[in-house]
Amino acid sequence: MTTIYVPGDSGALSLGADAVCRALSREAAERRLEVKVVRNGSRGAYWLEPMLEVSSERGRLAYGPVSVADVPGLFDARWLEGGAHRLLLGPTDELPWFANQQRLTFERVGVIDPRSVADYVAHGGYQGLRRALSMDPAAVVDRIVRSGLRGRGGAAFPTGIKWKTVLEQPPGQKYVTCNADEGDSGTFSDRMLIEGDPLSLIEGMTIAAIAVGATHGYIYLRAEYPHAWRTLTQAIAAAYTADYLGGDVMGSGRRFELEIRVGAGAYICGEETSMLESLEGRRGEVRVRPPLPAVKGLFGRPTIVNNVITLATVPLIVREGAEFYAGFGMGRSRGTLPLQLAGNIKRGGLIERAFGLSLREILYDYGGGSGSGRPIRAVQIGGPLGAYVPAAQFDTPVDYEALAAIGAMLGHGGIVAFDDTVDMARMARYAMEFCAIESCGKCTPCRIGSTRGVEIIDHIIAGHDPQGNLERLEALCELMVQGSLCGLGGMAPFPVQSAMKHFREDFSARAQH
Amino acid sequence: MHTSAVDRNHDIRRILAQFKDRPGPLLEVLHTVQAAFGFIPPQSISLIAEHLNLSRAEVHGVVTFYHHFRCAPPGQHVLQLCRAESCQAVGAEALAAHARARLGVDFHESTPDGRFSLEPVYCLGNCACSPAVMLDGRPYGRVTPERLDALLREADRAAGGNG
Repeated sequence: MTTIYVPGDSGALSLGADAVCRALSREAAERRLEVKVVRNGSRGAYWLEPMLEVSSERGRLAYGPVSVADVPGLFDARWLEGGAHRLLLGPTDELPWFANQQRLTFERVGVIDPRSVADYVAHGGYQGLRRALSMDPAAVVDRIVRSGLRGRGGAAFPTGIKWKTVLEQPPGQKYVTCNADEGDSGTFSDRMLIEGDPLSLIEGMTIAAIAVGATHGYIYLRAEYPHAWRTLTQAIAAAYTADYLGGDVMGSGRRFELEIRVGAGAYICGEETSMLESLEGRRGEVRVRPPLPAVKGLFGRPTIVNNVITLATVPLIVREGAEFYAGFGMGRSRGTLPLQLAGNIKRGGLIERAFGLSLREILYDYGGGSGSGRPIRAVQIGGPLGAYVPAAQFDTPVDYEALAAIGAMLGHGGIVAFDDTVDMARMARYAMEFCAIESCGKCTPCRIGSTRGVEIIDHIIAGHDPQGNLERLEALCELMVQGSLCGLGGMAPFPVQSAMKHFREDFSARAQH
Repeated sequence: MHTSAVDRNHDIRRILAQFKDRPGPLLEVLHTVQAAFGFIPPQSISLIAEHLNLSRAEVHGVVTFYHHFRCAPPGQHVLQLCRAESCQAVGAEALAAHARARLGVDFHESTPDGRFSLEPVYCLGNCACSPAVMLDGRPYGRVTPERLDALLREADRAAGGNG
């Protein structure tokens, strides 16, 4: 029987995948054809979604983007036998977009049925945990240290070092928590992974727990991701049923309980100490560090806090070895990074490659330039707290250090493109406005500074004493960077400062009025 | 559906009992209360505080800290429109202006007939398909003003049919 893969990823759903799925089931029934439909994740080529795949002797054949109206024609063209049709893209693995990628963390996303433990295991799943259970916990931690894996949530702290700190705390209740509060605009890799291969996250957390001696884990998932919640809930239930979670993990006698806690629409809860406050049922106000969460975290106990992508990469590292993973990348940025290309871009989506690709290659070779056809004037990298990078710097390689050297940051790997119609003074204003909306209110530079920032930029836009106000804005940015308690107030000025530096004309042009 | 205050308190007590032995349960309790009533009824605050051994101020503080929790009933349909950078790069501000004009309300407001609520959201994680919206929990990508009109019309028709 032929298998048809119809993505159940919420991005594909947003382009009509459910309606296409209903239409093809109806059409197949009317034609008395037996098909098996699998709701997989997305392969990440969103300009082709809904991208359907049909199993064949030549591998999986991709068709897309498919609309409801295309469905009868696809059957007429005998697509179940790989028939030619204008939407036939060819074997998925051979499409240039995928062929050039190095998918490690995303090796199964879009490939398997995300809710099926059997499918996961058939594609290399749970080999990492099996290996970890046979190793000394310190050896597991050492393997993560040597892989060079750094926190993919944005801070890029060495993951293994964090684990080592938790491992070295005296025995007692410890926790593994996953930060799935993916709030940066332009990022969706956590969502795609949870919707496409949640068991890799579950396995990664289980390995972390075994390595540091934790028995309980929480996934803090944002409320804006209801579809990810559904898939993750089903995957956790399936893992419990198959004894990959619970009181006797894989027959080892080790216990690991895992549950989801849903956020409530606060960007600040992506900051790790704020997330811990929220997990404890309080306002998501940041904590002063030290103590580090690795020493005194959730409910005052030693706690691992890692991002979804970080944890989902762990099984592969344990399975393939530290050297395998460290063999990818450049300098101190080892391994691969799932980049997310968004905004005004022709071919948006997820690209997993070793560190070191240039922005230009990402924007033009993968992205195909702007969606509007106009020149790309600026990109914002790393979410709402990331700097704006001008076209003159598009040859910069994408790794943690190279971006830091030009005053930018990689963050969670989101790249948002803007064409030449963008008003950078407006984008600077938005950065301050966003900070004002999302500030937890605990420290003054962030809470008050962001509101003052909006007002000052409003004056600049209105042409009131632009020179004086630009100076005031620069001083305010400096104060927020230096004086804020956490990264929200401390980094919200980055997009503002970079806009003033690289796109001064958008501020000063108004001075002439 | 109308629920009397007594019924409501009964339901809230039932929810509280469900989370009795859980550590740090306040957010989960609030999510469950909102799922049951569509919002956090003001009179539930003291009941929740009493059961969780918190002050009313603490519970109120949490409810108002998080954008997701509502203190008043929402419209029949909730339109969440993304206003973050990726969507702005492809016309989200124009789409927001269109939505406001079409519904005749601003963000955080509901239409006088109670049919629609308009809410801002800062990223739905659908940035490769910007501009993105969510209508009653269903995602829509690459939304033009025309497509938004069609979605709202469709929702309105469905609402009319259900009475």
